[in-house]
Formats: sequence, structure tokens, C-alpha cells
Amino acid sequence: MTGHRVIVVGAGPAGVRAAQALVEAGLRPIVIDEGRRAGGQIYRRQPDNFTRSHEALYGTEAARARAIHETFDGLAAQIDYRPETLVWHIADGHVWTLDGEGQHRSEPYDALILCTGATDRVMPVKGWNRAGTYSLGAAQIALKAQACAIGSEVVFLGSGPLLYLVASQYAKAGANVVAVLDTAPFAARIPALPRLLSQPGVLWNGVILTRALKRAGVAVHHGVTPVAITGDAQDGVDGIVVRMADGSQRRFACNAVGMGHHLRPETQLADLARCEFAFDPAVRQWLPLRDGEGRSSMPGVYLGGDGARILGARSAEASGRLAALTALADLGHSVSGGEQSGLRKAIAGYARFAAGLAQAFPWPVEQAAALPDDAVVCRCESVTAGELRAVVNEGGAREANRAKALSRVGMGRCQGRYCGLAAAEVIAAEARVPIETVGRLRGAAPVKPLVAGTAGIPCAPQETGA
Amino acid sequence: MSAARSDVLIIGGGIMGCASALFLHQRGQSVTLLETDLVGRQASGTNFGNVRRQGRPLYQLPLANRSIAIWRQARELLGTDIEYLQRGHMRVAYRDRPDAAERMEAYAADAAHYDLDLEMLSGNVLRDRFPWMGPDVLAASLSAQCGHANPRLTGPAFARAAVKLGAVIHENCKATTALRDGNEFHVVAADGREFRAPVLLVTAGAWAKAFVEGFGETVPLTSRGPNMCVTEPLPYAIGPSVGVSTPETFESVYFRQVGRGNLVIGGSTQNQTYPEDYRVYVKPENCIGQWQQIQRLIPAVRNLAIIRTWSGIESYLPDDQPVMGPSAGVDGLFYAFGFCGAGFQLGPGVGETMAELIATGSTDIDLSPYRIDRFAAASE
Repeated sequence: MTGHRVIVVGAGPAGVRAAQALVEAGLRPIVIDEGRRAGGQIYRRQPDNFTRSHEALYGTEAARARAIHETFDGLAAQIDYRPETLVWHIADGHVWTLDGEGQHRSEPYDALILCTGATDRVMPVKGWNRAGTYSLGAAQIALKAQACAIGSEVVFLGSGPLLYLVASQYAKAGANVVAVLDTAPFAARIPALPRLLSQPGVLWNGVILTRALKRAGVAVHHGVTPVAITGDAQDGVDGIVVRMADGSQRRFACNAVGMGHHLRPETQLADLARCEFAFDPAVRQWLPLRDGEGRSSMPGVYLGGDGARILGARSAEASGRLAALTALADLGHSVSGGEQSGLRKAIAGYARFAAGLAQAFPWPVEQAAALPDDAVVCRCESVTAGELRAVVNEGGAREANRAKALSRVGMGRCQGRYCGLAAAEVIAAEARVPIETVGRLRGAAPVKPLVAGTAGIPCAPQETGA
Repeated sequence: MSAARSDVLIIGGGIMGCASALFLHQRGQSVTLLETDLVGRQASGTNFGNVRRQGRPLYQLPLANRSIAIWRQARELLGTDIEYLQRGHMRVAYRDRPDAAERMEAYAADAAHYDLDLEMLSGNVLRDRFPWMGPDVLAASLSAQCGHANPRLTGPAFARAAVKLGAVIHENCKATTALRDGNEFHVVAADGREFRAPVLLVTAGAWAKAFVEGFGETVPLTSRGPNMCVTEPLPYAIGPSVGVSTPETFESVYFRQVGRGNLVIGGSTQNQTYPEDYRVYVKPENCIGQWQQIQRLIPAVRNLAIIRTWSGIESYLPDDQPVMGPSAGVDGLFYAFGFCGAGFQLGPGVGETMAELIATGSTDIDLSPYRIDRFAAASE
């Protein structure tokens, strides 16, 4: 029974809890991690010679971060951990990896648990292609992993809890946070309150963050509409112009902007594993189908954490463990039904809270429709909103992949991971069609740029006729 | 529901069907084209983008020449840029296959009689002109008057130009049955729509077989998916589209640099297709094998990152030649499919030739090598 090969992709809270459950069942899972050390993005660890405490790095989440790190370190002898390794393709029951040494490997699995995490969901702003504009997640990682700030005078723009968290972390670290510009109107939080109260502890953490920002003298503005990030090609960002809630226009001088609207799941591996996706109207995104137990639509493929649906780090611990227990049960191991139902209940609570967040800090759809024609949507390929609209109007593109074929949107290094959702909104607005009919950019290997000249596994070329 | 009528009905919206629709309208024929998915999505849209004449059988060169004349004026014809770059096409032979170089020499002598000027290069001359060439390369045959274009744009551009002239194109319209009913053809789509025309042209690529067999003819059509990838962009430097001439499939890689700067890489092994689902899944082992091979041709690739891979559904016939021309048994029925991974360059010329054949009853292009009934004997 212990001979089953189970692979966990990702070593954030979901992947660590999944690995732990597998080890408890007597398995020796392979854990593949893009990071150099386990912890994921949210509990990302510093390089070896950095010495800040968990409290300094993770604030209110220090105890959880420590628990994840210590759990994983305790598992070291019982798992096959592959750090700094990218899963670039999944095919025919194998994951294909490339490690930091440039070595390709192909690993078969009986069960595959994808805990791939999330990246920022970004709504473009005219000028966001200027040097000095970062996503909120990137701004946070610069601080957490490298102890450096994205600029000396920073404006944070966007919406959602990460906006406030990163701004307060920057303020605490001594950076000059010029302003926090929230695109959500403050009033949106009122109807969301009943759902947000389902996690009073998390809600309270949010209140503390806001207070800390005020104490640090950071101005927080709500209901802001971005107009442009200004600057030039030589020196990058020199400020940001926004329309305030009262309709007045205002400019904030700065040399860096951190921006983002919540997160989006990293779903490309689920896509390459041929999992089915469905449109979720609450977040206006296509997400891989996941049953209540963590199963995807593909037999043997399980989904945990934010990689399937953004419910936060706490939920990720529960859904990662649940996915592993389900995989174990499907492989014939006995698992505790009581524990599974407890995890499901916990995840339902986190889902309610996440729905409240989506309500309180909405994705500013109208901003996509209002983007000026010369604003860049796809930064990798420098595709502007106007070029995208042209392929809708002149090329007849009303679907995401057709628009990609005709305009190059999403065709660059990030493969649409950062521009895809915004591009879909621009297309939907211009074509006057519901966003779900625009579809989603199909995932294609490699999920991240892969240097061609890497050492290959001995690999017989395959030719397959029909 | 009354059936929509036109002079010609076309099943299949790849480059063959869309170009035929355009040229038929230029000749005054009304056309309705049915496409299961979106125009130009499969073989037409996912291929490498070679506008290559050399390496074709000599009897195919008149068609290829007709086609390149259209490529050269594509921007004016289509009213849009399909990124045709006439920067040459080059075939190379490796040192360990000197016979391949000899065959290229012989081909160059023969091709000269068909208006295809090829320049043979080797040694310092070759390396001075193309310094990025790998040390394994022995010799090259350069066709300066060929080039490459963007397949993603080409099929849709022909479709839009045809529509501008009055063609009716139905996308997401899957033809399920096609019958001869008296003096005309009757085609029914999956959603119940009906279409009638006195002439039917099947340009359905890998999906053509069912229609052919429905009319009582035989075709041993199979499908395969090319293995394609593209690197991150780098400053434009390469010029020609370059491929390896070799009898070994796994060695037969090729690449080109697009105006944006990326290198598009194809060749070597191919992928299994799922035509019913309209899908191909790129096989990782094929990608790795292809990357290893391409480094032999252009070693600098090893420092570049591959950013995307893709495939599509191409149709193949046992003799590597298409089916093109009239049906052997049914009046008014025409075929142009099965281009065996080499149809992109031919597409515009095929469209013009089929339009000429349908509108006037004949064409100067010799279509005898492409007759549908060449497979009839084998199956009997």
C-alpha cells in the first residue's frame, strides 16, 4: 500500500499540509517546489544568512508561519523534496520537471496533488508598463525575501486585503508610503460585513492593519479611480494621477507603485493535466472544477489551496490536507471521515469570508472598459487596449484565444498569467458580450520560460500517428 | 427552414477554403463557407509559417510559383499585414550526411527549369553570411525569393477579405451530412441549418475523410500534430527561414525569426491528434527532443528560453501529396485537402487554382498527381 507514488506540487501551506498527511499515512511523497525553501509565497522564508524573526516577518501570522516551517522541516527525512524545481508540463500520468541544475526529469504518479498557489490579479492602468511599477505580491516578496523596498516613495494602488497588508509592512519597515489608493468605495464593506464576520479573527487583523497605517501617518483613500501612472522611459515612474471619490483629480509624486486586486489562482498545471474548468461569476474567473473533497475532474489529480480557488492561507492548510486525505482514500488507504468533514466545514467558513472580501473589494471591471486606447494591457508583448479593441472590431475576435492569435495579447513570457483576466474584460466590454463568453486563454507548456539548452533526460523521440 | 443557397458551398475554413472563397468571389461566384470552429485555427493557424518552394516535388513547383506570386501581393490583396517576410528560405545538410548535400545540388539544377533559383553555399562563404550556423552544417541551399509569414493571421485575413467581397462564412457551424440531391448538393449542419449549392468544395483537412466516403470514394487520410515552440524575443538578425534536409525525421528541425524577434521552432517529432475534440496535446518528450536537435542547427538557441509550445491537426496521405481537383465520381464535387504539413505556402495558389477550375472548368496547373482515385486501386 505504501508503494503508491504521490506527487505534491508546491510547498506553501497547502502543499506542506498535504505532504504531512501523506507521510502520516506511511507514504514517501515527492514534493516539488519552485522555491528554494518550503513556505510558499505567504510564508516565504528568508535566505539562510538573514536573521529576522518570524514575528518581524509575518506579524499576526507568525505562529502559523512557524508551524508550517517546522512541520515541513520535521518531514524532511520522510519526503523526497525537490526545491528550485519547475513543473513545466504534465502529460500521460507524468510530471515533467526542470531543476536548478538544468536537469530534466519525468516522474510518474499514482496521485498528483496540485498546490500551485496564486499570483496577483492586476488591472492595468495607463503607464503601468513604466519601470517602478510592481505587483503587490512582488513588492511584498522584495521586502520579505530580500529586505528591500521597490522604491523610496511608494504608492499602493488596488484593492483587497493584500493592499493594506503590504502597505503596512512597508510602513513598518520604514519605507515612505506616500498613499494607499483603494479602488473600492468604503461603502462596499457594509453589505459584506455579515460574511466577513464569519472569520472575526481575520477581520480583526484587517482592522489592526488599517489602524497601523493611520498611526504611521499613511493616507488611505477609498473609491479612487486611477487615471495614469506618470514618468518616462528613462527614469520610470514619477507619480500617479487618480480621480478621487469626490470627482477631483489628484497627483501623488512617487518613484514606485505597488498595485493589485486580490489574487488569481495559478491554474496552468491543472489545465495541462486536462482538468475541466468552470466560470465563477463571483470572481469573474475560470477555475478548475473541484469537488467538496479536493478532486479535480481528472482521476488521480487533486487540487489544494489557492491554486484552485482563492480562499487564503488558512483555508489552504485545510484544503491541502483534505486533498491528500481524499487521494489516500482513493488509493485505498483508510482515512478518518470525521476529520474530512471537519476540514470541509472549515473550508466552507473560509469560502464565506472570501465571498465577503470579493464583495467589499470588488475587481474594478469598469476600469477595463475605460482604459485609454494607448494604455498597455499586455506588458510582455506591449499590446495596447486600442490594439485589442481593433482585433475585436476589425478582426471579429470575441473569444480570448482568437484575440491572442490576432493581437499577441498573452503571448509573451508570462503567457497571459498577468494580463489574461484584464484582456478578457477589455474584449467583453468592447464586444458587449458577457465576460464568460470570452472564455480563457488555454494553458500551454512550458508554464514558465524554460531555457532551451538544458541537459536533457535520455529521451527517445516519439512519433505518434493517429 | 429553407436552405441557404449559393453557387459554391465550401466545407472547411482553413487557408484552402478561405482562399478559395476569396478567389471564387473574384470570379463572380457566390460562396457559402462552413467552419466547425473558427477559421484558420488548425493546420492553417498552427503550422510553422514557411513560405517555402524548395524541397517540393518538381511537379508541384508550378502550383508553388502561382502561390508565391499571391504571397508577394498579399498585403494589397487582403488589405492587412500577414507578416510575410521575403527574407529567403534555406535548407542545410549536415557533415555526416554529405549525400543530402548532393541531393540538394541535383535538385537545384532541376528546379532551375521551374523558375526556382537556388544558390548553393558552403565553407567560408556560408559561415560569413550566416555566422550563427552550427559547426555540423556542411552546405546550404538558399532560395532568396521565398520567406515566411504569420499563420495565425493568414487564414482569418483571407476569410475577412472574402467576406468583404460578399462571401458568407459561418463559424461554429459543423457540417454533419453532405449529399447530392438532384442537381445540387445539400449540406446539413449540427444545429439544423441547411445549405444548398450546385458545387461543393471540401477543404476540411483532417476532417475531410467522412465527406469523401459519404460520396463513395476512398482516401487513406490520417492526421498528426506538428510540435511547435517559440523562444523569447531577441534583436532581429536571422533573415531566412532555415530547415535541415535529412532522411531522419527526428533531425528535421527548422526555425525562423519573426519580425517581433522571437524564434519559432518546428519539425522533428509530431504529436498524436484528437480530431473529434479538435485538440492536440504537446508531448514533453517531443519538445525536449526538438530542442536538442535545434541546438545542432543553431547552437545559440541554448541560451534562449522557450516561452510557449503548441500543436494543431494536420492531415496526411501515404504518398505525402494532397488530394486536389474534381471528384472521380460525382459531378460538381471538388476536393483540396491532405496537404501533409506542407500546405501553408500552397494555400493561396490552391485557392486561386480551385476557383479557376470551378469557375472555368479547367486550369493550367497539372492536378493529375493529386487525383482522389489514386487510392482507389489500393483499397480494392
